[in-house]
Amino acid sequence: MTPKMRWKVLLVLVVVVLAAWRASYTFRFLSMSEEDLAALSTDQVEELEANAIRLGLDLQGGMHMVLQVEKEGLPADEAQDVMARAQEVITNRIDQFGVAEPSIQIEGDDRIIVQLPGLQDEQRAKRLIGRTALLEFMPVALMEETDIVLRALDRAISEQMLADGEITMESETGLPLSETERLERERPLSVKLRFPGELPFMKESDVAWAKQKIAGLDLAEVLPTYPDDPTKPRYRIAWHEDTRVLSDDGEQYRGFYILEDEPVMLGSSVISADVRPGLDQDYPNSPGISLRLSRQGGRTFANWTGANIGNYITIVLDDVVQSAAVIKSRIPAGTPASLTGNFTDVEASDIAIVLRAGRLPAPMTVIEERTVGPSLGRDSINLGVRAMLIGFLLVVLFMLIYYKAAGAVAVAALIVNVLLIIALMSSLPVDPRPALTLPGLAGIILTIGMAVDANVLIFERIREELRNQKTIRAAIRDGYERAFMTIMDANVTTLIAAGVLLYFGTGPIKGFGITLSLGIIASMFTAIIATRVVFDLITSHWNVKHLSI
Amino acid sequence: MEFLVGTHINFLGHRRAAFIVSAVVILIGLISLVIQGGPKPGIDFAGGVLLQVKFEQSISAESIRESLDRVGVDEAEIQHFGGDREAIIRLMEAEDAEEQDLAGRILSQLNEDNPGNTATFMREELVGPKIGEELTAKATMAIIYALIGILIYISLRFEFKFAVGAVAALVHDVVIVLGLFSITGRAITLPVIAAFLTIVGYSLNDTIVIYDRIREDRRKLYGKSFVDIVNTSLNESLSRTLVTSLTTLLVVLCLFIFGGEVIKDFAFALMVGVIVGTYSSLYVASPLVVEWQIRQEARRRRKHG
Repeated sequence: MTPKMRWKVLLVLVVVVLAAWRASYTFRFLSMSEEDLAALSTDQVEELEANAIRLGLDLQGGMHMVLQVEKEGLPADEAQDVMARAQEVITNRIDQFGVAEPSIQIEGDDRIIVQLPGLQDEQRAKRLIGRTALLEFMPVALMEETDIVLRALDRAISEQMLADGEITMESETGLPLSETERLERERPLSVKLRFPGELPFMKESDVAWAKQKIAGLDLAEVLPTYPDDPTKPRYRIAWHEDTRVLSDDGEQYRGFYILEDEPVMLGSSVISADVRPGLDQDYPNSPGISLRLSRQGGRTFANWTGANIGNYITIVLDDVVQSAAVIKSRIPAGTPASLTGNFTDVEASDIAIVLRAGRLPAPMTVIEERTVGPSLGRDSINLGVRAMLIGFLLVVLFMLIYYKAAGAVAVAALIVNVLLIIALMSSLPVDPRPALTLPGLAGIILTIGMAVDANVLIFERIREELRNQKTIRAAIRDGYERAFMTIMDANVTTLIAAGVLLYFGTGPIKGFGITLSLGIIASMFTAIIATRVVFDLITSHWNVKHLSI
Repeated sequence: MEFLVGTHINFLGHRRAAFIVSAVVILIGLISLVIQGGPKPGIDFAGGVLLQVKFEQSISAESIRESLDRVGVDEAEIQHFGGDREAIIRLMEAEDAEEQDLAGRILSQLNEDNPGNTATFMREELVGPKIGEELTAKATMAIIYALIGILIYISLRFEFKFAVGAVAALVHDVVIVLGLFSITGRAITLPVIAAFLTIVGYSLNDTIVIYDRIREDRRKLYGKSFVDIVNTSLNESLSRTLVTSLTTLLVVLCLFIFGGEVIKDFAFALMVGVIVGTYSSLYVASPLVVEWQIRQEARRRRKHG
């Protein structure tokens, strides 16, 4: 054996052993059942996970979400670090929600990509992530103010309905309007309100109508505004989160609030939020959230409550009233405030989470979402692996029949090829590690078919050289050399296509680009170097009279 | 074992007939594309909502449609998916779907309307119109860049006319697959674009192996006519072309049959692509180069003679 030859043998052996060792983690990890995994210690599981191939969301199940951050209208200083803060807040929320290996990344100027593998309850996760969590303590407008605002709203809505031809001021019969008819036309909003106490309620079946009518108004035109800023109304309209039955008619009613525009304080004054049972007699079976206020917040609240005994305060989360209460006495600093409602345990704990994690610095909308259930992911792996095995067996069978012993060498190269792809995927030093996706799995399958191509080219060449009466060793040498350029040319073009996929692709498609590129690169090594070493070893050790090809 | 070695098939002699066959197949696809107003975009590009629902027992598309009506969704496409217990619901409008928790409402309505036949979501996808536009632009750019890169590479390695022949062959392949997608009513999704790019790479792979052979044979068979040389090269590489196509087709076929519904369209594109790609490297790419060469020589003769 020449020294050069010895190096080559060594190189091939090292690569094969390394690849087999790295890939063994993946095989062990993927072949384990839930119980097997549970039997291992945390350290062992972590070691396996860190060294095995990372599965894409489409294979292990989970949620992929792209959030668009609405930066418009933010002051310049806030806009600057809004993305970093939004990322931090979302990360905090998800950490408390408890998902293994979440990934929250900023993309471009105004997007955040959230990936939650193995997620079970995606509706809940969506609510948790997307919620702005702007918490405000808002005073309810006083009675006389409420009256002014209601009259203004009535007038505006009535005018609007007249203009739209929905109502007329004359009755169809020609008789003068009755009192009820007149009220219905002049005060369309107020007639729908009921005052069981001091605060108004509306029948749930009318709420959609009212919301639509109010949304059609320019509140800055209709309502009283600040003297120094005529574009800013001094009151806000809000609805309660829940509906309730008002004793007599058994129908559901929803609270309708006219709030002062200036909050007493914001969520930033809250230092902790904890779920507690029995905070509100109105909701005996629902947990509430106990809010501990900062020293400053406690003082502000104490002062305000002291000056507003008998008035109402509401706790508003993202423009929806969660709780409303009358101030019975000055609330001394140090007393926790409570947020109550018809919550389930999960809802209460989620609200506590978003309050603890802080509010998002800007509103966000979900512009892309892809969720794969865990069972579909598992099905995809099983089906993909089965397709791969069957395809592999067919190719092996064909190669053995068509190329005999040489075919066996090509098959060995094919096995090393797949091991190499898996080994490379699970140990590439890039962050995050490339994930194996469903198209990626298809890429490996495709590679199996295409990887033998290099060997087919070489073998066909060797056969030709043999037909030209060359010696076996010369035929092998010339066959490899002549086929080399062809293999390069043919693979470079596929690599260009795969490279473009890597560059432009997202998620699953990128996964396809990765396995396809790795497969091509690996096939060049296995087909050109590794199989050559095998042939050279055999022909240099034995005096081969007939090449089984 | 060997097959198709030492053949003397006159590939170029059939080139006119082959051109007509290709033209007809392409035309049929194009007609279908024109009738349907272009390729049918999947939600990745058109935007919208896709829900894959699995029931415990079989369910009819009409029954799903009735449930959707009750939720107030009237424009939906419903397709059974790998059996009658599973269905894909596709909604064109993604706007506001998130805020209104449309998916959640559809699921509860389905469960309400089919007591004892629990429905679960296997897959939920929502693509906003903006993302759809971006992905369309990205996919278009990807294909353009891949074509440019390949054209440059082949021009560097071979003469320009070879590059044109190769690109014509792969455009031929992609257009045929696109036409077939249109005829069979399959939607173009992101994985399908990936499959197209793979077809591009694969079709070239085949073509280049033959081009390499032509280049070699031109030196070896100096003095013979170009037509004879190309015919020889095609015959010499025929066995390799078929063996590689066969192994690739074997695995892609396995993917199509056993790989599951989720990647069926992707595997379909690859399968057709491999077949058409093999055909085009024999009957489109090299014959085009020959046509070009013949015309070039005729022009030269006219000029000099």
